[in-house]
Amino acid sequence: MRKPFAITLDPGSSLANHTGSWRTERPEYVHRLPPCNKACPAGEQVQAWLALAEEGSYRAAWETIMQDNPLPAIMGRACYHACETHCNRARLDEAVSIHSVERYLGDLAIREGWPAPACAPGTGKRVLVVGAGPSGLAAAYHLARLGHHVVVREAGPAAGGMMRFGIPKYRLPREVLDAEVGRILDLGVELRLNAPVDDLPRLMREERFDACFAAIGAHLANRVTIPTPDAGKIVDALAFLRENETGEEAPRIGRRVVVYGGGNTAMDAARTAKRLGAEETVIVYRRSRAQMPAHEFELEEALQEGITVRWLTTITAGTDAGFQVERMALDETGWPRPTGEFDTIEADTLVLALGQSVDLGVLARVPGVETTKDGRIAVGADLMTGHPGIFCGGDMVPAERTITVAVGHGKQAARHIDAWLRGTRPEPEPAREDATFERLNPWYYTDADRTVQPELDALRRRTTFEEVHGGLDERTALLEARRCLSCGNCFECDNCFGVCPDNAIAKLGPGRGFAIDYEYCKGCALCATECPCGAIRMVPEER
Amino acid sequence: MFIDEIAHRDDDARRALPLAPPGAAEEALAEAQRLRFYQTGTLTAGNRLLDPAERTVQASAERANAITCGHRACQGCGEALGARYVLDAAMRATGGKLVAVNATGCLEVFTTPYPETAWRLPWLHSLFGNAPAVATGVAAALRVRGVDARVVAQGGDGGTVDIGFGCLSGMFERNDDVLYVCYDNEAYMNTGVQRSSATPPAARTATTPAVGDAPGNPFGTGKDLPRLAMAHRIPYVATATVADLHDLERKTARAMGIRGARYLHVLVPCPLGWAHASHETIRVARLAVESGLFPLFEAEHGEVTRVTPIRRRVPTEAYLRPQGRFAHLFRPARDEARLARIQAIADANVRIYRLAPLDGLVPGEAAHA
Repeated sequence: MRKPFAITLDPGSSLANHTGSWRTERPEYVHRLPPCNKACPAGEQVQAWLALAEEGSYRAAWETIMQDNPLPAIMGRACYHACETHCNRARLDEAVSIHSVERYLGDLAIREGWPAPACAPGTGKRVLVVGAGPSGLAAAYHLARLGHHVVVREAGPAAGGMMRFGIPKYRLPREVLDAEVGRILDLGVELRLNAPVDDLPRLMREERFDACFAAIGAHLANRVTIPTPDAGKIVDALAFLRENETGEEAPRIGRRVVVYGGGNTAMDAARTAKRLGAEETVIVYRRSRAQMPAHEFELEEALQEGITVRWLTTITAGTDAGFQVERMALDETGWPRPTGEFDTIEADTLVLALGQSVDLGVLARVPGVETTKDGRIAVGADLMTGHPGIFCGGDMVPAERTITVAVGHGKQAARHIDAWLRGTRPEPEPAREDATFERLNPWYYTDADRTVQPELDALRRRTTFEEVHGGLDERTALLEARRCLSCGNCFECDNCFGVCPDNAIAKLGPGRGFAIDYEYCKGCALCATECPCGAIRMVPEER
Repeated sequence: MFIDEIAHRDDDARRALPLAPPGAAEEALAEAQRLRFYQTGTLTAGNRLLDPAERTVQASAERANAITCGHRACQGCGEALGARYVLDAAMRATGGKLVAVNATGCLEVFTTPYPETAWRLPWLHSLFGNAPAVATGVAAALRVRGVDARVVAQGGDGGTVDIGFGCLSGMFERNDDVLYVCYDNEAYMNTGVQRSSATPPAARTATTPAVGDAPGNPFGTGKDLPRLAMAHRIPYVATATVADLHDLERKTARAMGIRGARYLHVLVPCPLGWAHASHETIRVARLAVESGLFPLFEAEHGEVTRVTPIRRRVPTEAYLRPQGRFAHLFRPARDEARLARIQAIADANVRIYRLAPLDGLVPGEAAHA
């Protein structure tokens, strides 16, 4: 080819120049562990199911929850949502209202009648579950899905445990509970009600169970001695809540009710008493508000319903008209000390909500099973007791006593029981780097206020057991899901593709993410810095 | 751009500066903050859940990629990024019928080492100072030959503000149908970081070293080219940065929708010359805007018609700190006097362009930058 004056070379493209050789660090897409997932005692993949919900794939989102937790509609109401406490969005404006989206998905599944995801082929193994509370039900669900035959024995007249006999209806409507329990039974789980266990090893022998998960909870009320002329005035909170749930007629409590204790059960008992017609409901707690074990929001809701609290007060004795109380003062260590100042409160009923203990009887009799100093069942990291094949979880073992921890134990126990039955160990979850707030680029997230759930009006809250908090509708649930920052996991915002000065990132299409062309990537790290959610890591190149 | 410096020379001139309409910042801010697509608003390049019409050109796999891979710009080059942003947006606006004329500078050198080229559109280079005149000629030739294509001329701040300014002023004055884009990295980077008349006060360059009683570039010097362009009363003048893709692309598309002389001034941080880490290019550009030192605005026929408000205002220090060229303001001791003068420049910009709905810093907002 004849070239113009002074031109000796053919035209070429810069593509011949492989600038990737300049690089000292390479960007890599990663999946970091979002704080919500990390905090969830049930091990839910929160960020993953929110990502599905925010594109409107509600069934897939619900099924993702169901991988870890068979009770989404219950959890969306009764869980204390550690996920929200740890949500990175709280550092930006307010945490994502994860529980309200979970509740929306759970309610949708009930309304649509979605069945639980299918079970693995039968293994021929039989597993006994003792106790149909959240832990036992979760274990039964996961064991059934793994292909085992599960029999649940429940001492009480209905399934649900504390979800039915502890948590009042206004926080957890019974239709929701029944629907989610029913879905687990639909997997072929056998439920035997009014069937307490006495001799566990013999029962397992006689009915040929290969393993057992026991989760009978902590339902013995802690007592305190209060000298009183009329002992009939004093009831314990669990018995009171249970009677309200199962009794032919509502418990007789009179016009003035005193609840003794500062935990969540005390709040439930006081709010239930209010709804049963107690005009004056007073919570008496020996320490101050700052030390109260109940959740702040539960106290706040109780106060809204007209319940009053006497802080730094103990009940010393019963009188003809009520109870004598003594003022307390905190010493320098924060411990309440008597002051010698006395007062009286008029009351028709005293409800004791002073904590619960485990009924160790059945398990303590099993050879090899050990108990802890504080009266719980000792278990290993695999939740197995000292007796091979008998596992324990929920409120019976040393851990925080919440419904979500119980569900988490059920899942873990199922995996360990499954592995034990097969003579293997469960695969450990691969370790993932934390998706901390510092790894995000929050500039790219616009302000979006948290969606507020509707609340029942004040009068109906004081007089009926209707649910206090309403659910979200589809539009608000979608908006709320979309507030998720997607911490540590790519949500395909195209920023990396846009900001690469070297066109070294290829867009692969919806759901497929991006690929880096290391022939041309110079390793400037703009993609990693400008990634909103911290899903790109810079790794030193090896020489 | 350092409005305050000009204003200090003549207080009457300052009063005569056309102001942004009152309330413009509040309105624009409200619009920007309106929840459009929930997860990240419209601040990211795109998003799989966003209406395609609201995604940027850069978010599209079909973008023109006017500058392709293998160019020899430094790691994290703001100018390579800015030029692709502008030209891809202009390519979309003109349906790919676009000719680019380039002044001498980094952009020309790193894209076209003989015989390679990184350009994927018709591209001409002549001399350092004559790009506006060449572009005028190309536009005239296309018109005479009846070719339906538009012309973009582009250069760095050296080729625009200093060397090419005579030709550029002539192009503006004749209202030739060219969009001139200045990629402003505030010095002659290609030849080794010498001062230009776009270099900001106190910045260290090879010719304004950080030594003596008044280290770095002297205060009270330099030109504000967007203002000079406005003084020609051309149809459209706008400023933009590589940190706000939506803003930059919208302005480019707007410019291509107008005939006559148009001017777009794009701030493009230079990791080498500004001495910041290569991954901070976009962050530094964002801080220039959020501190008030680089006002984003549009002007038509000499009048400011729209400003892009500051979203989360930060002190100028937040912008200066990551840059080695300003290191002498903090080490060995803080140079309070010069830091205060730079802050005063930003405060004047905020006042003159009404960049923030609130006066002063919003407490706690600095942490977001």
